[in-house]
Amino acid sequence: MPIFRLSPPFLAGANRVTLQMLQVLVALIPAVIAMTFYFGPGVLINVTLAVSVALITEALMLKLRNRPLKPFLSDGSAAVTAVLLALAIPPLSPWWMTVIGVTFAIVFAKHLYGGLGYNPFNPAMIGYVLLLVSFPLEMTTWLPVQSLADQPMGWMSALQLIFTGQFNGLGIDAYSGATPLDAMKTQIVLQQHPEFISSQAMFGMAGGLGWEWINIWFALGGIWLIYRKVISWHVPVAMILALLIISSITTLIDSSISGSPLFHLLSGGTMLGAFFIATDPVSGSTTLKGRIVFGAGVGILTYVIRIWGGYPDGVAFAVILMNMLVPLIDYYTQPRVYGGAAR
Amino acid sequence: MSAPLGDFPGGLKLPGHKKRSTQGPIRKTPISKQLVLPLQQHIGAAAGPIVEVGDKVLKGQRIARAEGHVSVCLHAPSSGVITAIGDHAIPHPSGLSAPCITIETDGEDRWIDRQQIKDFRQHSAHELRQIIRDAGIVGLGGAGFPSFIKLNPGVHHSVETLLINGAECEPYISCDDMLMRERADGILDGVEIMLFALRASRCILAIEDNKPEAIAAMRYALSSRSHLSQTEIVVVPTRYPTGGEKQLIQVVTKKQVPTNKLPIDIGIVCHNPGTAYAVGRAILHGEPLISRVVTVTGTDVTHAGNFETLFGTPIKDLLAFCETRRQPDEPFIQGGPMMGYSLAGDDLPITKTANCILVGVDDVAPPAQPLPCIRCGDCADVCPASLLPQQLYWYSRAKDFDQTRDYNLFDCIECGCCDYVCPSKIPLVSYFRFAKTEIMNQERERHKSDLARQRHESRLERLEREAQEKEERQRQRKAALAATKAAKAKEEDSINTAEAADSVTEEKA
Repeated sequence: MPIFRLSPPFLAGANRVTLQMLQVLVALIPAVIAMTFYFGPGVLINVTLAVSVALITEALMLKLRNRPLKPFLSDGSAAVTAVLLALAIPPLSPWWMTVIGVTFAIVFAKHLYGGLGYNPFNPAMIGYVLLLVSFPLEMTTWLPVQSLADQPMGWMSALQLIFTGQFNGLGIDAYSGATPLDAMKTQIVLQQHPEFISSQAMFGMAGGLGWEWINIWFALGGIWLIYRKVISWHVPVAMILALLIISSITTLIDSSISGSPLFHLLSGGTMLGAFFIATDPVSGSTTLKGRIVFGAGVGILTYVIRIWGGYPDGVAFAVILMNMLVPLIDYYTQPRVYGGAAR
Repeated sequence: MSAPLGDFPGGLKLPGHKKRSTQGPIRKTPISKQLVLPLQQHIGAAAGPIVEVGDKVLKGQRIARAEGHVSVCLHAPSSGVITAIGDHAIPHPSGLSAPCITIETDGEDRWIDRQQIKDFRQHSAHELRQIIRDAGIVGLGGAGFPSFIKLNPGVHHSVETLLINGAECEPYISCDDMLMRERADGILDGVEIMLFALRASRCILAIEDNKPEAIAAMRYALSSRSHLSQTEIVVVPTRYPTGGEKQLIQVVTKKQVPTNKLPIDIGIVCHNPGTAYAVGRAILHGEPLISRVVTVTGTDVTHAGNFETLFGTPIKDLLAFCETRRQPDEPFIQGGPMMGYSLAGDDLPITKTANCILVGVDDVAPPAQPLPCIRCGDCADVCPASLLPQQLYWYSRAKDFDQTRDYNLFDCIECGCCDYVCPSKIPLVSYFRFAKTEIMNQERERHKSDLARQRHESRLERLEREAQEKEERQRQRKAALAATKAAKAKEEDSINTAEAADSVTEEKA
């Protein structure tokens, strides 16, 4: 006996929230492997810890809010938030930072606004920004890529550094170093020319050593998501083009204040942001034109913060600032309805 | 000759599932013992019965007449005796009953005298429309709007194009497909009459490319009618909802019907091939509309196919004829799987708008608990009207009906594409129907209260006017009284003076 809903349509497509979230996680796998290759197992420890904390927090919040556990725990959205946050923070972040960031993201940025579908801001980025403004030191101490490191990073050392803060009597600072974006920014302030800076060992062909490959893998994962129709091309393309255009213009006018356009595309969180963070449907724009405006806004703000702001990378702030504009963007970018006058 | 096709935004490629019901020819459903004919099988006013219980009727005899302008007649689908005129369950999603005429058939299936018109061009368009109206013809695509109205260009419009909508885009349904395959000539008969009645210059017969047999049959039939040089068959890509009137117009002519306007406002009139066929039968053969082709299909139907079925035939008889694995009281779908509605109970008659009876769907939508909207925008991507269903949902849910109108709720054609793709399985169309109904109710209430207020205000005005008039009358009367009094007093005065003068004179005397 077929049991169907009482109202049409009686046909259902295969699209499911859970399926979309799972595909996002799958698309992140190549980049996670690349990050582990360049920065050691700390990346995987962060991801595991973040996902565990996210699921526990999600379950607790659902319980507190009297929501059914199964449909919401299995939708995969908490895991996606956790993984994105874990990939955005330094690979040897102390465990409590991960816990604070993820908990804040799930509790404050998601559930206090009403849970899945109701959060105006990207939860992962809210968690990230909280950590960035609260613990600036820890958040800016990244690792050099493994090939440049004095000490190779193993599972034991990563675990001990994350959970106890030291290994063999050495603290995290013994291992850590600035990111290429950070190095670029501080050395430009010291009147070094970007071309000279990028000839240093920590820089690769175009972006930071290792970072460029990580960005490429994020981009490839994202392109697969577009191919799978999980995300649309509008936001990533708009963000990348906007970043490319504004950095090209700046470089043409004054090449001493900014790294090359390609450096900006392949450094820091550009591709992670373009394909995985700015494409969050809940906190982003829903109209096609709106998505282009939104993506372009994120790209421009990212660059502005990187060059003229106080932080080496600007993706998180850019996304949150554009999140605020979403209702406005959506309102003014409504498509022309069939038979209707142009808006 | 054929111009490049237009396109509409969104839409879906759906699995057709049409093969199941197109394996054999159209078969005739046996005459049921009892036929139940709802008086309202069309949009507009219900027909008024002109027979009484106990009357003997012949096949094709008129049993109810059109009431008012937007209405059509109703005919006995077979010969027999009227056994009841009263409420009976009708195939409507509400499950309500409505006035019906019940005929006990005698099995003789004896026709009335049929008035055949050999050369319809000898008649005026008005006469033809009247015959079409008297024949009870309504749009057989599913909406059931009286066809004679849509064959009247009126004085303010001129119709350039008659568009025959043979797209039949909804999965499972194949009644138009089979009709075009088997009765292409009959359809063209109707097309000629429609072109004549509309004074239209050309006809486009649009068929989706998943119906090669129908396309071939129509092309063949058309090739032998050289005088139909302005009629062309346009093959359109198979995509749901191409068969939506507005969407098809956009595909075929690249024009859009402006909001709150009708296709006729841009010189186009759209009819279903089944309607064209019925028009041909009515004019050339004198047969009123008493049957239609119904697709019976679905995973639970053993002998799926298309059946020429008399109106009033109980659906259970039709299903029994096709043999189904359906349990008694199991719900089934009338119409397609995207826009049809589920019916419970099968003691319901086949009506003029019943194009398909669907028992069992392949990719059935289970009654799932919807998740919250994640604003993914997939719904907007597939919306053929370029609406923003997620915004409409948001405002419908919040009962913010002003905002829903601002987001063009009434341009929604309820095709169900948004529901189909929604990853959260939200019944979006149900929300939109709810919002539309609420707005229309509010409007009706507002209209009613406006009328009441006007009535109240005019009453107050009248009372005041009456009071004023009364006062005025009183004032006048008082004034008149005062005047007469004054006059009297004057008179008395003068009398007095006269008397006084008299007495003086008397004294003097």
